[in-house]
Amino acid sequence: MADHYDIAIVGSGPSGLSAGARAAQKGINHILLETTDHASDTIYKFQKKKFVMATPDVMPLRSDVSFEVGIREDILETWDREIDEQKINISYKSEVTAITGEKDNFTLKIKDGRTITANHVVLSIGMQGNIRKLDVDGDDWEGVQYQLDDPEEYEDERIIVVGAGDAAIENAVALAAQNKVALVNRKGEFARVKSGNLTLITESIESGLLECYYNASTARVTPGEIILKVPEGETVVPCERIIARLGAMAPRGFVESCGIKFTSEDRSALPDLSEKYESSVPGLYVVGALAGYPLIKLAMNQGYEVVETISGNNIAPADEPLLEEKFASLEGRAVNEVLQTIQENVPLLSHMSALQFREFMIDSTIHRVQKDDVIFLRNDYTNSVYSIVEGSVSALINPDDASERVKLKKGSFFGEMGLIAGRRRTATIVANEDSFLVETPRRAMLRLINSVPGSKKVLDTAAIYRQIQTHLAPNIEKELLKDIVDSAAVESLSAGDVLINQGDDADSVFLIRSGSFVVSSLIGGRDVVLSYIPSGNYIGEMALLTEAPRSATVKATVASEVIKIDAAAFRALLKTEHELRREIEAKFQDRMVENLETEERPEAGDVIDFLVGQGVGEASDVLLIDESLCVRCDNCEKACAETHGGISRLNREAGPTFETLHVPTSCRHCEHPHCMSDCPADAIHRAPDGEVFIDDTCIGCGNCAGNCPYGVIQLAYPAKEKPGLLSWLLFGSGPGPGQDKASGKKVEGARSMAAKCDMCKDIEGGASCVSACPTGAAIRVKPEEFLSITNLAKAG
Amino acid sequence: MHDGFLTYQNMKFLKMAAVLCVVTVIAYIWYQPIDEHNGGTWLGYTLGTIGALLIFWLTWLGIRKRRYGANFSLSAWVSAHVYLGLSLIVIATLHTGFQFGWNVHTLAYVLMMIVIISGGFGIYAYTRYPKVMSENRRGSSLDDLLAQIGDIDRECRQIAAPLPDSVAELVVQSCEHTKIGGSLLRILSGKDKSCGSTAAFERLRTHVSEVEQEHAQATRKLLVLIGKKCGLLTTVRRDIQLKAFMDIWLRVHVPMTVALLAALVIHIFSVFYYW
Repeated sequence: MADHYDIAIVGSGPSGLSAGARAAQKGINHILLETTDHASDTIYKFQKKKFVMATPDVMPLRSDVSFEVGIREDILETWDREIDEQKINISYKSEVTAITGEKDNFTLKIKDGRTITANHVVLSIGMQGNIRKLDVDGDDWEGVQYQLDDPEEYEDERIIVVGAGDAAIENAVALAAQNKVALVNRKGEFARVKSGNLTLITESIESGLLECYYNASTARVTPGEIILKVPEGETVVPCERIIARLGAMAPRGFVESCGIKFTSEDRSALPDLSEKYESSVPGLYVVGALAGYPLIKLAMNQGYEVVETISGNNIAPADEPLLEEKFASLEGRAVNEVLQTIQENVPLLSHMSALQFREFMIDSTIHRVQKDDVIFLRNDYTNSVYSIVEGSVSALINPDDASERVKLKKGSFFGEMGLIAGRRRTATIVANEDSFLVETPRRAMLRLINSVPGSKKVLDTAAIYRQIQTHLAPNIEKELLKDIVDSAAVESLSAGDVLINQGDDADSVFLIRSGSFVVSSLIGGRDVVLSYIPSGNYIGEMALLTEAPRSATVKATVASEVIKIDAAAFRALLKTEHELRREIEAKFQDRMVENLETEERPEAGDVIDFLVGQGVGEASDVLLIDESLCVRCDNCEKACAETHGGISRLNREAGPTFETLHVPTSCRHCEHPHCMSDCPADAIHRAPDGEVFIDDTCIGCGNCAGNCPYGVIQLAYPAKEKPGLLSWLLFGSGPGPGQDKASGKKVEGARSMAAKCDMCKDIEGGASCVSACPTGAAIRVKPEEFLSITNLAKAG
Repeated sequence: MHDGFLTYQNMKFLKMAAVLCVVTVIAYIWYQPIDEHNGGTWLGYTLGTIGALLIFWLTWLGIRKRRYGANFSLSAWVSAHVYLGLSLIVIATLHTGFQFGWNVHTLAYVLMMIVIISGGFGIYAYTRYPKVMSENRRGSSLDDLLAQIGDIDRECRQIAAPLPDSVAELVVQSCEHTKIGGSLLRILSGKDKSCGSTAAFERLRTHVSEVEQEHAQATRKLLVLIGKKCGLLTTVRRDIQLKAFMDIWLRVHVPMTVALLAALVIHIFSVFYYW
């Protein structure tokens, strides 16, 4: 007689384990079947000491098994302990070979000959049980392996890593530290990898740390060598080890043999499941990676929920309490009702599915504002987007005249410039009446734009309207701008691309959405830089007034985006709007005067050219040193170290110099910080005043330091506490103030963390490098001020 | 928006110090004491009090500059320090009533003048040398220059390995008998008369025509390299010299300030004790 259970769970990964724990807690007669001799094989096979993330952060964990970010070893240890403590009925070395039957009468065949019967089956086998093999002649050689536990185990070997995904790159680079490693990439580049890994592998290849065969595939393997098919033919590469990291796919054959249908014939298709994770076979549930949820936390929540569902509990999604709390200020309106109202009222958000929208709202914040409440101020550095669900607001677009307002009605949104350019707010927003707003952080909004095409389109068109209104035609009715907006298009440029050529026909005007540009002109046969224009400004505006050819050349200093507006459409508007024409002419005169001034001092252009060459084109705030005043006392470095736990974040002497203008190695607080792009702990943020800083959750992985093109991030151990001023002065207990500015020594038990300039955001006196400069040589400059800095070079 | 310490806020502190000096001079001329001008008249006590307070406040800069992260601009303090410090020349001199002698009172005055004069050199050094330093380095950092010298030495040794001893010796001399820095006088002179590289360069120059044909090309290359090294050494020594000029006055200024404080305290104490 076979053992009979209420629930049989197949696979002890995060979701299976969580299901087992829930069943154990509820006293349900269950069994958890695991093929190997340990739980959670996928995580078990992670590289040693791998840092495991618990994304999405905001989603609460709903499981009887605990889980939080940490290293692989700790997580596995906790789980093993909890399996014992919670009396989960786990059966190791029990590979299920077949599942047959129907609800209340399933039969599971185990490889060792046992059979088990169950009322319900939860299939949580994941994908990694079915990793892709090399699948060539000779791949049974003992030197071929499909995982890497500890790269330090291998030394002085010739190792071939096959694959070009994140796992392959991480393995290859880790192995290259003490082995000769070559990577085999089927393609000519590394597509679809995390940007941090892309930098890592590109640098490793360029520096000769490891070799890479591009457009190459494995033809066959013989003991001691791999034969690669490369564009030139076949090549034999001797090696002691081959590590193939080719990804995994759903074990479709097995799943289909259980009777489960898939959504399509596509190789990457997933099983067809109900909202409650039930497959096409009633009573047979699929959760975890196989169900399309590869994130550990989500998988664990599913394991919990599926057991609740089986035992007849119709439980609300895990995020329900979060949303209830969020909507608490709305006094008694039910979660679903609020969600529905928002989606009905705001077209931008209406394109999301219910699940997507719940996740989106968890990231967002609800605001109830009253008449005349300020939502945000001009020049704030926040970068969230607001949607108006009920009520209305006004944008104060003229800093000198509060009566110049643009009204924004129910259903519209504002603050979207923050998504595009990491610059300050261009207008102050004030509520017109009691209103209900939804504030969404930049990251969540970008996710929406990238995954929901409908929302992107709504956002783009509205943004073009908004930018034209803000920058060119503030008092013009939206309807009159229709032709202009219809003619407008967004263009992307790479660093160094030419937007406008001197002498070209002037047929359009450009608004800079992101990035920055330099304007230069041929004067006396030499290309002289006239000015630097950051985002939020327009270029080529003379085309609006005359049809004379372009008077200067405009180049992008960094990757930039512009809105191209047809000049003819705008000129047509100017024919009727005389007031607007007068305003625009006045604005342009300022620009012309500025250009003339620079033309008289060509050296000013050289300074801009130099600064742009140093990457200040993407800076939002940069430290400069006027060397004609700098007495090399290093008090700036000392002040930095003293105010930041003993580690200076700036190197005064390093960095280039132009005449007497020196750009020390110090953070520029980039418009789109490179360091932020791949921080696994999400520890890098932008403060409201624009400072890019790293918080205490830093895990010291060094990704940011690797990604920073300016070398301003260092990994350092915290320094020891210093004695007080008097005890140093009177009793010589050192080090004293300003001394020993970077100890860098490893303190027992300490962990290195990334350190960079935070612009002294928590320090009353502002940037301490500047306030501690005895001669006034150190200055902090914003892009708008670059032109005035050129005077410095002249005076210096 | 960007001021050096001398021009800080339109020379606000220069104006303040000038007013202070003018008022002091007018008071001195206007006030005719019964006896003669000295520190013991009411004007003398007033000027003495102002001077002493100024000295204590000026000394406070040493503490102040180490209060990192506090809400103030150090360059403003330096600006005030400079101009108000200079104003002491007028205030303290008039306080003395031009009565000098071999006593602790005049000692305090002399020490103060040494401090002010050394500070005066400091102002000169801080205005002149930063720019000279930048011009001298031509955009490289000191570390870059030293690294280049190290590279040249390595390359010279490689080239010299197969060459005859007479040439190799010169390379060894250049590599091992070149000093950067050294005694204070040598640093301040910015030169080294016994520089191994300069000597090796001169000897190699005369020697280059004497080596055998097969070694001629390598020797010429050495000559170019060592010549370049001598150029770099000049730059480095000049850099260290300039930095020393900017630092050395503080070695007088600060100890003399401490001595001045001691003398000042004794001066004040003795004046009141022997009233």
